Amino acid sequence: MRLLSGRLSFRLDGRALVILLLLLALIACLAALSLVSGTYPIAFADVLRALAGKGEDMVRMIVVEWRLPRVALAGLLGAALGTSGAIFQSLTRNPLGSPDIIGFSAGAHTGALMVILMVSGGYYETALGALAGGLLTAIAVYLLAWRKGVQGFRLIIVGIGVAAMLSACNAWMIREAELPMAMAAAIWGAGSLNGLGVEQLLPVALVLCVLLPLTFVLARPMRQLDLGEDRARASGVDVNRIRGLLMLVGVALTALVTATAGPIAFIALCAPQIARRLTRSPGVALCPSALTGGLLLLAADWAAQHAFGVQLPVGVMTVSIGGIYVLFLLLREGRK
Amino acid sequence: MKRVKRVTRVTSVRAVKGAQMVLSVDADDRAARGRRGQAEGLTEGLARVLVMALFGLVLLVVLFLASLVLGARPVAVSTAVEALFAYDGGLVDHIVIVDYRLPRTLLSLLCGMAFGVSGALIQAATRNPLADPGILGVNAGAAFCVTLVVGLFGVQSINVYLWFALLGAVLVTLCVYGLALAGGMTGEGMTGGGMAGGSMAGRGGVTPVRLVLAGVALSAMLGGIGSSVTLLNPQAFDAMRQWSIGSVAGRDMDVVVAVAPCIGLGLAIALMSARSLNAVALGEDLARALGASLVRTRILTLVAVTLLAGAGTAACGPIGFVGLMVPHVVRWLTGPDQRLIIPMVMIYAPILLLAADIAGRLVLYPGELEAGIVTAFLGAPVLIALARRRQAGGL
Repeated sequence: MRLLSGRLSFRLDGRALVILLLLLALIACLAALSLVSGTYPIAFADVLRALAGKGEDMVRMIVVEWRLPRVALAGLLGAALGTSGAIFQSLTRNPLGSPDIIGFSAGAHTGALMVILMVSGGYYETALGALAGGLLTAIAVYLLAWRKGVQGFRLIIVGIGVAAMLSACNAWMIREAELPMAMAAAIWGAGSLNGLGVEQLLPVALVLCVLLPLTFVLARPMRQLDLGEDRARASGVDVNRIRGLLMLVGVALTALVTATAGPIAFIALCAPQIARRLTRSPGVALCPSALTGGLLLLAADWAAQHAFGVQLPVGVMTVSIGGIYVLFLLLREGRK
Repeated sequence: MKRVKRVTRVTSVRAVKGAQMVLSVDADDRAARGRRGQAEGLTEGLARVLVMALFGLVLLVVLFLASLVLGARPVAVSTAVEALFAYDGGLVDHIVIVDYRLPRTLLSLLCGMAFGVSGALIQAATRNPLADPGILGVNAGAAFCVTLVVGLFGVQSINVYLWFALLGAVLVTLCVYGLALAGGMTGEGMTGGGMAGGSMAGRGGVTPVRLVLAGVALSAMLGGIGSSVTLLNPQAFDAMRQWSIGSVAGRDMDVVVAVAPCIGLGLAIALMSARSLNAVALGEDLARALGASLVRTRILTLVAVTLLAGAGTAACGPIGFVGLMVPHVVRWLTGPDQRLIIPMVMIYAPILLLAADIAGRLVLYPGELEAGIVTAFLGAPVLIALARRRQAGGL
């Protein structure tokens, strides 16, 4: 497709386009389902009326002020996770690659545990602790892996080492803490959207407005990097700079999610893989990964709130839903 | 005529071995060696591996003895030897050695080997540097069963967990294998374009990429269910936060006796399949041309990994970092020959676990820190330092 008289052009794949539209439609359906269901069920027509700013005050408050921010957050955070997963899997050329390999999640967990267990901090203190811990760890891993540029394999090994130490530290802190405190920390560690609302949505939306366009600018050099370092260099990509930028964006996206909702597991890992199988693309792609991530987190959040009668942390659900879906894809491919 | 032929054969074999050795050394070494000729390179390379092996064995014996005598109640070496060979049930020192320190020392030794070798095998089979022994679902299966047993039946003793952990590990690995097999009837599809491991996937059977994905997915699913149980059940949470750290302390001799046959069998299979793993590393077509059976090699490898990692995890909890780290370090030393990697891992992995267990007893003296925590703090700095220093080769 060519826009602006050929100055901005990109390739469109028929199947990918259909899948993207399908994903969007599914996201819309799930969002509607999440808006309808709850301890106070609201008819779909009333939801639409409330969204348009009409209808009863009470219904409007529930839909627009309580449920909508959470639904939007789930979609946005899921998209952020899917994108950062795609970036890291492409960078490391490894289907197990995720922001975890740079140690971010382990570091964020350490920071949050320190805040929760030592100064019994609230939501904002915990978010700050997680952010500081995660960023410090990511910087440490990057610097330790730096030798005239960061090469994928060395980054993986250094990441494994640092993450192992931090997880050992985390396990020890959880073991030493009082049981109720440890369980509170574990709920944060699973990742949860419970209690989040409009005051979290605005900053998240603002940050994503900056990060997502930046990501899509980087999408083309990222595909060139997929061909291998030498070929990318030959086609005019500044490999070290692009790699650094991609990593920066990936970490920023993960940081955003972790600070807002805790380290929600598995979406970054499985969304790019699911998207790749759906679109049958040769490598991981950003846009389908982002939509798949959003869809997965929406579904997980609905299930976490309504499926079992108890409010579970959403992270518990993402692993189950993501895991089942990957297995389903594996089986279906076998039957074809 | 005959003699000439034999000489040529000997030199060609030597040249092949020499080539394998050369892969293991640094670039500047290699340049110097090129001038001196390959025969010398062979002896020097092999000598280095032999020296490291001997050094490792001596270190292992020293650590074994140290593990018997050091701890909250230090014992003289002579008393320790006496306790082993002339046991006197009336002496407290003898009871400490035989009933407490001997089981945990043997367990460190056995499980160190088990974790290390299973890690080496799984990294070779999946050709993925992120693969650890837990990747086929062993840890998840064991943890899931322990969670259920504690959460639903309130079992408290580690000596009882063991059997359920082993059962869970084996069942889940079988499921992972079945899923990968069911997903692997046709060729294409899962082969990752541009992804590591893509080159190994191909016609039929269980390919590494499918195995890894099935393992990760099933582990995640079980983990999710497990953590819902633990988050709603404080007793199970309390037991799991202890178990998931990984420790060799507090297990009695029955545990050692129970896991020893599994680990022995697993190690034997690993040593036997080292040769065909070398062939598999060259790619499917070459391996077939060399006469290695891909399917047999993969199945044997998986059986060995399940036995080793399952028994190790059941006995000590998930200390997978040993299996992740030691094979990388050993590979940088020996080069890519599995016939050298596996025996060297069998020496150096227990060294790490024994050292971690001993250090854990001393660092909070007279309290203790679990081996699972200390392993990461001892091993990770070594791993990072070596990754920076070496021409850190991939797999």
